[in-house]
Amino acid sequence: MLTILFDGVAYGMLLFVLAAGLAVTLGLMNFVNLAHGAFAMAGGYATVVLMNRFGLPFLACLPLAFLFSAALGLAAERLLYRHMYERSHLDQVLFSIGLVFMAIAATDWLMGSQQQSVRLPAWLQGRIMFGEVGIGIYRLFIVVICGLMALGLQWVLAKTRFGSQLRAAVDDRRVARGLGIPVGKVFAITFAFGSGLAGLGGALGAEIVGLDPTFPLKFMLYFLIVVTVGGTSSLTGPLLAALLLGVADVMGKYLVPQLGAFIIYAMMLAVLMIRPQGLFARGR
Amino acid sequence: MILSSGFSRRALIALGSAAALLAPALVQAQAQTVKIGLILPMTGPFASTGRQIEAAAKLYMAQKGATVAGKTIELIVKDDTGTPDVTRRIAQELLVNDKVSFLAGFGLTPLAFAVAPLATQSKTPLIVMAAATSSITEQSPFVVRTSFTLPQVTIGIADWAAKNGVKKAMTLVSDYGPGIDAEKAFKDRLTAAGGEVVGEVRIPLRNPDFSPFLQRVADTKPDALFVFVPSGAGSQFMKQFVERGLDKSGVRLIATGDVTDDDIVDSMGDVALGTITTHHYSAAHPSAENKAFVEAFRKAANTRPNFMAVGGWDGMHLIYEALKKTNGATDGTALVEAMKGMAWTSPRGPISIDAKTRDIVQNVYVRKVEKVDGQLYNVEFSTFEAVPDPVKAAK
Amino acid sequence: MAKTLPAAVVVETQAAAEPLSPAAFLVAKSAWRWPEILFWLSAFGLILLLPNRHLLLNEIAILGLFALSLDLILGYAGIVSLGHAAFFGVGAYAAGLLAKHGISEPVTGLVLSGAIAGCVGLLTSFMILRGTDLTRLMVTLGVALILHELANRLDWLTGGADGLLGVSVGPILRRFDFDFAGTTAYVYSLTTAFLLFLLARRIVHSPFGLSLKALKDNRLRAATIGIAPNRRIVAIYTLAAVYAGMAGALLTQTTQFVSLEVLDFARSADALLVLVIGGSGYLYGGLIGAIAFKLMKDTLSAMTPAYWIFWMGFILVILVLIGRDRLMAALARPFAPLLRRLGARRS
Repeated sequence: MLTILFDGVAYGMLLFVLAAGLAVTLGLMNFVNLAHGAFAMAGGYATVVLMNRFGLPFLACLPLAFLFSAALGLAAERLLYRHMYERSHLDQVLFSIGLVFMAIAATDWLMGSQQQSVRLPAWLQGRIMFGEVGIGIYRLFIVVICGLMALGLQWVLAKTRFGSQLRAAVDDRRVARGLGIPVGKVFAITFAFGSGLAGLGGALGAEIVGLDPTFPLKFMLYFLIVVTVGGTSSLTGPLLAALLLGVADVMGKYLVPQLGAFIIYAMMLAVLMIRPQGLFARGR
Repeated sequence: MILSSGFSRRALIALGSAAALLAPALVQAQAQTVKIGLILPMTGPFASTGRQIEAAAKLYMAQKGATVAGKTIELIVKDDTGTPDVTRRIAQELLVNDKVSFLAGFGLTPLAFAVAPLATQSKTPLIVMAAATSSITEQSPFVVRTSFTLPQVTIGIADWAAKNGVKKAMTLVSDYGPGIDAEKAFKDRLTAAGGEVVGEVRIPLRNPDFSPFLQRVADTKPDALFVFVPSGAGSQFMKQFVERGLDKSGVRLIATGDVTDDDIVDSMGDVALGTITTHHYSAAHPSAENKAFVEAFRKAANTRPNFMAVGGWDGMHLIYEALKKTNGATDGTALVEAMKGMAWTSPRGPISIDAKTRDIVQNVYVRKVEKVDGQLYNVEFSTFEAVPDPVKAAK
Repeated sequence: MAKTLPAAVVVETQAAAEPLSPAAFLVAKSAWRWPEILFWLSAFGLILLLPNRHLLLNEIAILGLFALSLDLILGYAGIVSLGHAAFFGVGAYAAGLLAKHGISEPVTGLVLSGAIAGCVGLLTSFMILRGTDLTRLMVTLGVALILHELANRLDWLTGGADGLLGVSVGPILRRFDFDFAGTTAYVYSLTTAFLLFLLARRIVHSPFGLSLKALKDNRLRAATIGIAPNRRIVAIYTLAAVYAGMAGALLTQTTQFVSLEVLDFARSADALLVLVIGGSGYLYGGLIGAIAFKLMKDTLSAMTPAYWIFWMGFILVILVLIGRDRLMAALARPFAPLLRRLGARRS
């Protein structure tokens, strides 16, 4: 039972890292970026290429995946996204779906349409036993890394100068600019960082959820669910929501497999019925 | 009359004779092309199916030439994105506008179902190169299959399991048509052979994490776990199976070849080693035909062919041979008649088309994942010969 | 020149000068303009002009109707939906099951399927009354996903992932049989779409339609002048569900097959894309978008079956970056005053 609980936590953590960037762009910058998954996919593919073609160790690939996706994110932000902040949500949807299409086809062309997988080093495989409870080493690894990430993010947002600049820029762009905050720069960095997180999530998640060119579309739903259920006003919301969804999904499938596919959707509907702003929304 | 003037008459004669010369030439040019409409999912989640088949079909044409029985073959490839209403519209357009003589491809069962009535109406042979639900060939007398049926490759593994001391097995399948077919075929066969299925788990198609289902398997502790998941999901499944330590706890993993698809088996890494599967094709099949096929395919598509590719290859072969038999005539009924009972040696081994059911009869191999020259392959070690589709054979 | 000016423009300038009576305003607004007449004339003209593309045209008509139904809630009530395929799918399955179990006359099937989809719409409409755009997006999406999974599970009824076999559709009104080239199918779908369009046009130009627009613009203000928001939203949502259901039924009847894809997320997303391409809030957006979208898809995928999706994405990105407004304005100058008001504003 505890094993299942732990699997759920690991799955939830993974969802959080994948969705954290979206929570930032959507929640903080109020930008509907459906192409978020494309950056996660880029991170995943970067890892696969680096490991399988250049033989880099898995651990070295993770920061590289982050950097690769972050660089892509930065370039995309400077060249394209920048012009979209002031547009309507529907325009943003159209634009980012277009990007998703391009990313899918380009990946397909470059890497082929089959599933890719990451070969874990031996020390991350298998499981350790705590008494009766077996825990997958890789899942433990994910929980640790993602947990650290979540803490770090919270710290950056709440305690650093950059964090307060970002929050100021989000709350009122014009006033922030008037106070001498380089809003454009802050947004660019945030966007790049969010994309980088997605890339890291993609690299970590390839092992568990798989990786192929349709990744951005397949997982878009999950990202959106995490962000809506969590509420878009903070990062704690999505984190708790991701954990909740991960645990509920895994436990539910274990206990009542007949209802397997319904659980996550039903939960989302239930939460949104009761709290339309998401579970952990703070009043604005 | 003006026509009596010499000049005009000569002109007319010249014109007339030119027309007389030209007309049959035009008719011939038209009749000399035979068009094949190849409808495949080229984008979307099943794109790799489409790519493999397209590459194989083009390779076949490149190797055997584009002329058969005096006719030029023209291949028209269309993407249906895996959506049945699109497949149907494309098929209908190909029939009405392009006047194709064959419809081929069909990556998934519903895609073939949607088009089958059109084949009957227009009397056009419909060659199923991938979809694997047993009942497809019953939807129209013009359907001929060169892929496989899921029960056909499933009963082999049940037989093998019964013979190798598996008493209590558990099944884990994707929750959709083919998965349920496989579950049923396995259960019936194993029970008949004296085994027992102690647990059945169905997983949703859109399911990123297998851990809860595997935990159930770990709780039940069966002798063996039979798995069917669509080919792409195989690698995650395999990894999580090993991660959970199920391989060491004495649960044998047995599956249909979809799980260790040639397309992905090598990238799974060592976790896949030792998995026992049954299927009708492996890129490691030891025959001269297959060696040549794999090598040429690698050169053309820069990847290993899988069972989809071989379905496409044999589908083209079937079309070519049928045209040879009818001497290039494109009457649908005659073509299907010609295909019935046809037998040849494919890269996968000897195969034939059952004259009664128009379904494929082929060897099913028991394979084990092993390392060959540093790469993972499904190495065949035992054969069930000339297996028909068991569902239709039982009728 | 003044003569060729679209009526709406004339009316609006007049309205600025001296206010019309509300009734006169509505009448003037609902007057037919020449581009509209031209649009429908050419749509029907294509029956003769493009005899070998009737199948594609049929698909366009169905997608257009589906997008039109989304426009009713998005463009007129401001409700964003990513799960509109739920109703499309319910209608499609209803039509398929009706045809399989005896009611094979298409028009009867069409009306019944629309009614069934409408019931589902009515039942689910209460879920979208609260929350932000994002909440609605996800609630509608959730409903569609659950229906999709349900259809997969109830395989004794729906055929599950293999699709529903044995759908046999009789001649329309017992007289016109579906032909191989798709001519009957196109005429049937286009006529249905046209009739439903007329109804929609009548509705959005009625006081009810105006009150919806008021709701969309500012719910609080609308409520204070006595417009009950919830009842109106339930009504228009149900109506949109009926339309979507009928579009689904048309698809089933003209292809004689139903499968899970009718409920797919991609179908909802397509409808939204189509509507965003065409522009929402003037009824023609869905139709124009459907034409552009399908033609683009058809041409591109004929050129490069494997990678057309890249160019599709490229065009979408360019469309937004360069400015759909500019492009659309050129195409739809007659609707410019309405066009300017389209689109959900930033929340």
